[in-house]
Amino acid sequence: MDFSYTPKEEAFRKEVRDWLDVHMKELPNWWRNPEVMGPEIDSDEYHQFSLWWHKKLYAAGFVGIAWPKEYGGRGATLLEQVVYNEEMAKARAPGPANGLGIGWAGPTIMAYGSEEQKKRFLPKILSAEEHWCQGFSEPEAGSDLANVQTRAVDAGDHYVVNGQKVWTTGGHYSDWAILLVRTDPNAPKHRGLTYLLLDMHSPGVTVRPLRQITGHAEFNEVFLDSVKILKSLQIGETNRGWHIAVGTLAFERSALATTVQRENTFQDLIKVARQVKRHGRPVIEDPLVRQRLAQFHIDIQVLKYTGLRSLTGQLRGDRPGPETLVVNLFGTELNLRMQEFAMEIQGPYSRLMRGSDYAIDNGSWQFSFLSARGTAIASGTLEIKRNVIAERGLGLPRSNR
Amino acid sequence: MDFGLSEQQVMLKTSARDFLDKECPKRLVRQMIDDERGYSPELWKKMAELGWQALVIPEEFGGVGSSFLDLAVLLEEMGRALVPGPFVSTIVHCARPIAGFGTDEQKRRLLPAIAGGDLIMTMALAEAEGGLEASDIATAAGNSGGGFVINGRKMFVPDAHVADYFLCVTRTSGGSADSEGISVFLIDAKAPGISIRKLRTISGEKLCEVVFSDAMVPTSALLGEVDGGWPIVSRILEEAQVAESAWMTGGARWVLETSVQYACTRVQFGVPIGSFQAIQHKCADMAVEVEGATSAMYYAAWAVAENDTQMPMAASVAKAWCSDTFKHAAINGIQIHGGIGYTWDHDMHLYLKRAKASEVAFGDADYHRDRVARLLNI
Repeated sequence: MDFSYTPKEEAFRKEVRDWLDVHMKELPNWWRNPEVMGPEIDSDEYHQFSLWWHKKLYAAGFVGIAWPKEYGGRGATLLEQVVYNEEMAKARAPGPANGLGIGWAGPTIMAYGSEEQKKRFLPKILSAEEHWCQGFSEPEAGSDLANVQTRAVDAGDHYVVNGQKVWTTGGHYSDWAILLVRTDPNAPKHRGLTYLLLDMHSPGVTVRPLRQITGHAEFNEVFLDSVKILKSLQIGETNRGWHIAVGTLAFERSALATTVQRENTFQDLIKVARQVKRHGRPVIEDPLVRQRLAQFHIDIQVLKYTGLRSLTGQLRGDRPGPETLVVNLFGTELNLRMQEFAMEIQGPYSRLMRGSDYAIDNGSWQFSFLSARGTAIASGTLEIKRNVIAERGLGLPRSNR
Repeated sequence: MDFGLSEQQVMLKTSARDFLDKECPKRLVRQMIDDERGYSPELWKKMAELGWQALVIPEEFGGVGSSFLDLAVLLEEMGRALVPGPFVSTIVHCARPIAGFGTDEQKRRLLPAIAGGDLIMTMALAEAEGGLEASDIATAAGNSGGGFVINGRKMFVPDAHVADYFLCVTRTSGGSADSEGISVFLIDAKAPGISIRKLRTISGEKLCEVVFSDAMVPTSALLGEVDGGWPIVSRILEEAQVAESAWMTGGARWVLETSVQYACTRVQFGVPIGSFQAIQHKCADMAVEVEGATSAMYYAAWAVAENDTQMPMAASVAKAWCSDTFKHAAINGIQIHGGIGYTWDHDMHLYLKRAKASEVAFGDADYHRDRVARLLNI
């Protein structure tokens, strides 16, 4: 066992840190200080802000660092990615824009796309000149993603697509979507799907915003009414889209960056527990509050070291074991528990929101508590995550869900 | 960056499992519950032949000189097999501190005998309230004619009835709240003035009450300095917590694997019960905890082996987590097994009882959460 990094990785760490030292200062005050009112997260101003920050990261070569050099990335090693994600999270820096393009669409095109598709799409994904969104989920295809009903009919050199997609984050300002459609309605549900790239500006595409639990409208419904999609925009073989979609979902993010985010939340939580008083004393002096806080620290250590075991497996080239699968579920639930606890200790102040007098941290906890509920559902509900651990991790027989 | 076992550690683990599958079947574990001694001298001897007792004892004193991390690998397998007997008390609670703090004479006298499997030791620490702080130590050692005279009552001493020597924690000076004034003695169990009474336990482990009435010990029995024993005890406690965590991790993993196996084969309503989400989700939650236990425990074992400054925190994190994990796993394991899990014949109850015993040994989860909070300055 050895928990150190090589000089090469440490040098890269310093490069990231030095860059952040300079550029974090350029961020607007509201990014750092919740008491300063910033733009709403679904506003155009916020979108422009993330593009502005993206350009800086891009210019420094800090976007898509895992991407191969030939596609504009750095070809960073696994450990360099770990270091990068860790440092970004430690500095509480905003991430790049176009996350879905960089994390999902790009790697999918790299793995399964044609040379022409790679040349056409990859550079503009990385620069965020073209923004991407996801068109997998449908009203009848949530956890049962393979139940996609959106129909694509073969019309020679193109498909004609009809149907509806939902939960399309950023759909209202996206240029392209990765799209899962049914091309063979007679085949078993996993074997009749095809993976397409959709130009969101095509005729017949209607995007309607959906308002979320937080009051913001980040995601959308997308209606497809006889939309023409050229076959040159198909990824992989016809009716083989399911396997590609599953591949897309497997491009998972680093568990160690999640650990740092949890650590940040924990530090903020301690501040709240020192600030809020009950019976004239800070709630942090309550023995039950101390127990809960200590358990969060324990949980964070467990998350961190399980993440390191998973990373070690990846570095050694082992097949991912249960330790890799549990990290995602546990890290998600840990955040949910911390968010709930942050609300709990605020007592009556937990009812106040952003913009209200006396709201603690200007209501940022109320926002993060509510938005965290989405993480219990998006990209695999907590229940589906448990099914996956049971079936893929432990080898239990498949459930009749 | 590498947080995994080395090839040699994997080999140690595999060979330990093979050996214990053969030499320590549940039949033996059950026999030992009712056995007077509570351990099998034959198994003890075979373990010594494999060099297990010698593993972490320095080479110059007849040992193998391996690290605490290697010991953790072994303890995990012993916990999985529920090996009965005084291995942890002899090696972790006594041999390690003797190697770390003993005089050359003490090391030469005791360590080779331990390494060879010829000497059993145990620590007499807890008293009536079972606390783990210096303020909980009331057993008194007073100066008397070139030696010390010991008076007091020690509780929950494992395997005292078969021990050749005690590592006994006493108060030699200071008020009851002082961490100074604690002294540690290595006491011949045959010395006059020592009486031992076995207590009945739910798990079948042998716990004893040990009463010292004017027990005389020579100055050469002192481990470390007079009044300077607390740092020794602190170190023993931290290592004991990690060792207990390793034991619990092994036990919890056995429970998880056994429950998953059962859920794959037990058919109800025409299908294996493992295809029911209610069972799947229980197993998934067990997996989260067991993987977490493995991570927390090995990190703590590494911290002990490396003398890392994170050791106290890592030990408490591991002990808190593993205490909860083993208990939850055993409770869920019985539930997944249904009626058969409630029977004496099935082995699951042995693990629940061990989980309850290990949970409170060297501080339960609440105690360690409080310690984590203190270490975080909150």
